[in-house]
Amino acid sequence: MIYKPLPDLPPPLESVGLIGWIKENLFSSKLNSLLTIIATVFLWKAVPPLLSWAIFDASWALSSTENACSPEKHGACWTFIFEKFRVLMFGLYPEQYLWRPILTFVIFLTVCSLTIFRILRTKLLITLWFILPLPLFLLINGGMGLDIVEQSLWGGLMLSIELAAIGILMSIPLGIVLALGRRSDLIVVKTLCISAIESIRGVPLITILFMASVMLPIFLPEGMNFNNLLRVQIGIILFSSAYIAEVVRGGLQAIPPGQIEAASSLGLKRWKVTYLVVLPQALHHVIPSLIGRCVALFKDTSLVIIVGLLDFLGMIKASAQDPEWLGNDTEAYVFCALIYWIICFSMSQYGKSIERRNQW
Amino acid sequence: MKKLFIVIALLVMTVSISMAGILEDVQKKGILTCGVSEGVPGFSIPDSNGHWVGFDVDLERAVAAAVLGDPQKINFVPLASKQKIIAASSGQVDLVSRTTTWTMKRDAKQGVDFTKIVFYDGQGFMVPKALGVDSAKKIDGATICVTAGTTSELNLADFARANDMKIEALVFDGKKEAISAYSAGRCDAFTTDVSQLASLRTTLANPKDHVILPEVISKEPLAPFVRHGDNQWKDTVTWIINGLIEAEENGITAANVHEMKKNSKNPVIQRMLGTSGDTGSYINLDKDWLVRAISAVGNYGEIYDRHFGPTTKLNIPRGNNNLWTQGGLIYALPIR
Repeated sequence: MIYKPLPDLPPPLESVGLIGWIKENLFSSKLNSLLTIIATVFLWKAVPPLLSWAIFDASWALSSTENACSPEKHGACWTFIFEKFRVLMFGLYPEQYLWRPILTFVIFLTVCSLTIFRILRTKLLITLWFILPLPLFLLINGGMGLDIVEQSLWGGLMLSIELAAIGILMSIPLGIVLALGRRSDLIVVKTLCISAIESIRGVPLITILFMASVMLPIFLPEGMNFNNLLRVQIGIILFSSAYIAEVVRGGLQAIPPGQIEAASSLGLKRWKVTYLVVLPQALHHVIPSLIGRCVALFKDTSLVIIVGLLDFLGMIKASAQDPEWLGNDTEAYVFCALIYWIICFSMSQYGKSIERRNQW
Repeated sequence: MKKLFIVIALLVMTVSISMAGILEDVQKKGILTCGVSEGVPGFSIPDSNGHWVGFDVDLERAVAAAVLGDPQKINFVPLASKQKIIAASSGQVDLVSRTTTWTMKRDAKQGVDFTKIVFYDGQGFMVPKALGVDSAKKIDGATICVTAGTTSELNLADFARANDMKIEALVFDGKKEAISAYSAGRCDAFTTDVSQLASLRTTLANPKDHVILPEVISKEPLAPFVRHGDNQWKDTVTWIINGLIEAEENGITAANVHEMKKNSKNPVIQRMLGTSGDTGSYINLDKDWLVRAISAVGNYGEIYDRHFGPTTKLNIPRGNNNLWTQGGLIYALPIR
């Protein structure tokens, strides 16, 4: 006779499945149970009105008709967003040239997805990212046979992304240079870099934008008026590069000096030691914080409204002031928050995926 | 520090006076660069199709039409409130029409010259129609919603004391809070600048049930301005605006301007539209300067009605912005 153990009994019902999960996570202690009940009551009170405002009672008509958003209706007026969609995305960009920012956006998204799904080799990708801004700028701005579109007409989400993308692309190399300069043995270079970093980090972005757009024109001679957008863009790049320099410096300090000595003893030149040994590892260490800086920079671009640039937030504000559509501020800001959240959340998810793979 | 900046600004300007005037520059470039707001209802706002519209915008289009022959040849530059003066004084823009109050300091000290008052704004009152009040003098004993920390609060107190009335002010932090308290019936009237009253009224549940009273108790004269020191350009802009107002007084509209030019026997109209004499040459333009401006945007009254008139949602009564012949303050200087 062969010994046959009895089959295992199933675990008690209260410790598995849905009930088990609820017991474990929501009612594990008295305090937890109390918090769960309070939270449930709160959600019960808050969610249904929110849903009926945002979805069920809302006006979803695509084009504006007389009664699309009558004051008697209590729901959200999404018709307002549909109506204003074009200016929210592209600002005052002329209609006949609208294909240009759209094409730019498609190219931009393609390169983004190439980056996210790692379809191309890293070196190729980095080259692509740094070559790309020029043709895209020509496409939006005009030149080389395309009609020029004045930069005062740029606006909306297009402008926000442009300011952030150029800001990030330019400030990362500049930030690396500043960080290396700060660790340099040459006293002049070191002093210059430290004073640049510390003086920029010592003031808020809003001050830099004000200096760039309000003060600078006073000092420049007549006819030297290069435009507001460019000045603001330079301000953003300088601001961001100072912060990135500090992030990169953290990475540089994490490289043990033994590595540098070992590389030098192999006969590598100084810049090769930096380029081949120190920088790749240092940057690797700081990727999470770099992504964090990028997200912060994207959100910071909304400050340009104080110098009269109608970026996404600025356009949201201006649209809510349209006499035909007054009183739709809530819809406007909810939409704005949603778009910002989608973009920032995607960026931080991408950052996380890089961390997980732990590779470039 | 501020003084230093102004001194430098003035230095920069003295250098630039020796250069060609703005008028020639604009005509050479073929485009007029104009400052507007980032969005003030009725004055300048980007519409759903991405065009600037509004009262200030139309005035600037009139200037473009007169100077360049095309109201579309404008490059609009949105300016934040803090930028507007410097943008004009440093020559970034040729003309700014951006809900700017003409004050002594701005005119005399900050390097800009104002042209002509185009809108008399000021603090007013809004009451529910049901209250049956037709004058601010009759609101004795009322509770009035007002925003804190603004001059509105002080003006209200002054107004009450000057007219020997007892008014209870209910003070709120922001405009939104104040208007929602008013719509909830916590006060009998609401006070702020008239142009803002109008736009806030459209956000109420039944805008038609509320009236803006005709009295205005503070002075906010809004005027377009140009860089200080270029008198020729200032004259050009000033007289184009005078022309628009004079056109309303004489019944010249966008629809009938060409016909008037051909048939009118009135010597005033003939001088304005270039049938007799050459008023355009006084401001370095051709004979048809005003014809182009009027046919592009209409006369002053038409511009006003298009953005603030009874058919618009804002519906601001003309009050002080009526012609002097109708009991208002809008008064054009004679064109001859």
